Amino acid sequence: MNELANEINSEETLPTYLQGVKDCIPTLIGYISIGIAAGIVGASSNLSILEVTLLSALVYAGASQFIICALLVSGSPISVILFTTFIVNLRNLLLSMTLAPHFTKYSLMKNIGIGALVTDESFGVAINKIAKKEGMSAQWMNGLNVTAYIFWILSCMLGAIFGKWISNPEAFGLDFSLTAMFLALLVLQLQNIDQGRLKFYLSLIVYVVLLMLVLCMLVPSYVAIILSTIIVATIGVVKDK
Amino acid sequence: MSINLSVLLVILGCAIVTFIPRIIPFIVIRNIELPKIVVKWLSFIPICIFAALIVDSFIIENESLLSIDWSVLAAIIPTLIVAIWSKSLSVTVIVGIVCMATVRFLF
Repeated sequence: MNELANEINSEETLPTYLQGVKDCIPTLIGYISIGIAAGIVGASSNLSILEVTLLSALVYAGASQFIICALLVSGSPISVILFTTFIVNLRNLLLSMTLAPHFTKYSLMKNIGIGALVTDESFGVAINKIAKKEGMSAQWMNGLNVTAYIFWILSCMLGAIFGKWISNPEAFGLDFSLTAMFLALLVLQLQNIDQGRLKFYLSLIVYVVLLMLVLCMLVPSYVAIILSTIIVATIGVVKDK
Repeated sequence: MSINLSVLLVILGCAIVTFIPRIIPFIVIRNIELPKIVVKWLSFIPICIFAALIVDSFIIENESLLSIDWSVLAAIIPTLIVAIWSKSLSVTVIVGIVCMATVRFLF
């Protein structure tokens, strides 16, 4: 809790909205390439440009948007689509739980505003900033979130409009931008821990990899992501005495 | 520009079910002091979830057993080295895309 107190005390050095916008830039390639792909998939699932735009603005979740399109095409009942979307996005609960303690001094509305736009990427950039003890503020988080949100909607729209002419975005390796970003975020997280504890953290990563490989044979991968994260975080608490 | 009523309902419904897990912790955690053990548990979440998302990217799900997307795994190795060496998000993303494109071009 000491860290939180420090954040509150260093009021004058709090990161600005503009800094948040700048910190979003490295993640934009990911949003743009995946957004365009999501737009293309939407258009090829017979959604209109308006529907694709609404979907990206209101649901704002890459993986879910792909799955929603696939389920719409297959004619799934609305209950199935809603339930699947809920499960796919359940990991946001974990992300928000981890971020929320750093924003308790702000108003409820500000907190809801931040929470509404949390993504894997914005979470990653924010938690990395927190780990570096660079200070955290609602303005910074909003700068990061809103920039990502705008680029996401525009990219999805662009994908829906020009989708027919961009034959295969995967050929350029753009879809890998997300994985590359998670790799960098993982490395940056490890860099910020005590070097003496590195071995412990590496062992947790090995557990996650093994659990993912086993669980993916039994459940859909979005469920495996949540389960392996919860299980290994618990192992972490138990083993870390 | 057209919008189908049932598609609109699906979009609105999905918006609600994605909004709820995102905001609930931000509403609840304001009003309670988290126990130390929960704070500790939360401290492990970032590393676990990034590792899980990386594994997810090289797993191909199909009906039977597990299969690995070896081309993605092949791109992950140089990208990881660049991430450790550069410690930069943007450098890693750009090099990663080039690695992936190269692997796909060659194989």
